[in-house]
Amino acid sequence: MHLIQSTVGRKILMAVTGLLLVGFVTIHLLGNLSVFAGPDGINAYAVKLHSLGALVWVFRAAILALFVVHITFGVMLSMENSTATPSNYAIKSRMKTTFSSESMLYTGLILLAFLIYHLLHFTVQITNPEISAGTLPLDAAMRPDVFSMMVLSFQKVFISLVYIVGMIALFLHLSHGLSSFVQTFGLNNGPSLEKVTLGGKLVAVGFLLAYVAIPVLILARFVNI
Amino acid sequence: MDLTLHVWRQSGPKDKGKLETYPAKGISPDMSFLEMLDEVNEELIKTGKSPIVFDHDCREGICGMCSQTINGKAHGGQDRTTVCQLHMRSFKDGDEIFIEPWRARAFPVIKDLIVDRTALDTIMQAGGYTSCHTGGVPDGNAHPIGKPVADYAMDAAECIGCGACVAGCPNSSAMLFTSAKVAQLAVLPQGKHEAMARVMNMTDTMQAAGFGNCTNHLECEASCPKGVSVKFIAKLNREYMKALVS
Repeated sequence: MHLIQSTVGRKILMAVTGLLLVGFVTIHLLGNLSVFAGPDGINAYAVKLHSLGALVWVFRAAILALFVVHITFGVMLSMENSTATPSNYAIKSRMKTTFSSESMLYTGLILLAFLIYHLLHFTVQITNPEISAGTLPLDAAMRPDVFSMMVLSFQKVFISLVYIVGMIALFLHLSHGLSSFVQTFGLNNGPSLEKVTLGGKLVAVGFLLAYVAIPVLILARFVNI
Repeated sequence: MDLTLHVWRQSGPKDKGKLETYPAKGISPDMSFLEMLDEVNEELIKTGKSPIVFDHDCREGICGMCSQTINGKAHGGQDRTTVCQLHMRSFKDGDEIFIEPWRARAFPVIKDLIVDRTALDTIMQAGGYTSCHTGGVPDGNAHPIGKPVADYAMDAAECIGCGACVAGCPNSSAMLFTSAKVAQLAVLPQGKHEAMARVMNMTDTMQAAGFGNCTNHLECEASCPKGVSVKFIAKLNREYMKALVS
């Protein structure tokens, strides 16, 4: 009980759920990158994933739970923090904190909006039904054509832009989040903090580049049907 | 040096308060910031205005009383420097200087630049001590403590309780203050036996006193006039996890 009420306990919950969500984001990225292997890559991956049956739903429920905890406590802590800071300085110059640290709530909310759009787009497939795997003909090996859905989607500039903005929000969120996790878990002895902060930022850049490569390379027609 | 000061004036806790502008003329670069304010106050008194009320005591940088946010930085932002040790030579002739009190819900303004820091005492009362029988002076080496541990505890004990960490924190969290005491006592034999209750009670009291939550902005460490490191917050987090699972 103390864990979900106390200031440190909730910070630890934010860190643990955040790290597990980074784990999900990593697996999801590896799966998505199979788009570069063509229809035999991502379509086969999609078939494999759906063949897991009930396990997929267990996985989805777990991710949903992680999101609910992470978002609920994130919003709750942010609200408490703004209550604790009732009046602003006429002049405030920051000494060490970064834009990414200060905008965690906002980048988090942008990510939530992006997530909802992303699910409606690729999972529920109602934003662009005409180019969804549910409507497109099956591929040569009689699999739902996820590859064509992705290519046709990201050929639309608007959709690509939404994804790029979403991934920039992810980058900013992780720039603070990854090193923050290390500090929250007490794995900082002082001198290590600088290296951990840099490492966290580099990993965040890695996620940004890898994720954004998908819409960008499709938009640039490097990947085509 | 001639300067223009924009100083927060607030007659009492209930007053809304506002910035007022005063000239500071003929200031010597060798004056401390507080001496500069003394000069300005002399002028204000001569012209029948009420002097700027500010906190100070030792003027040696060790008491933790002086508490001013200067140009948006706690204690003026100079590395490991309290306001009393900040000298006017760090400013330029003609500078405009904004002077405000610590701003946090847990630190209500008493008057002008003085805030009520009782909330920090409340945190201390929740566990910033060791319960032991007093008596005769104990033998110097009765409790052998290794040099690295002693140094670590001394670094944490450098905290002077000025509240700059709260003033600098975007969340008005007192986590650095709390962690310095938790970490100092957790590594020493006298403090170890109460370590678990201490970390729980002190962090809960911090929360109840109206301070915000730590989100690792690290502004506290940069604001601290004693250079207290956020590694003590990491230590506090470890202590909390230990207490939670035991």
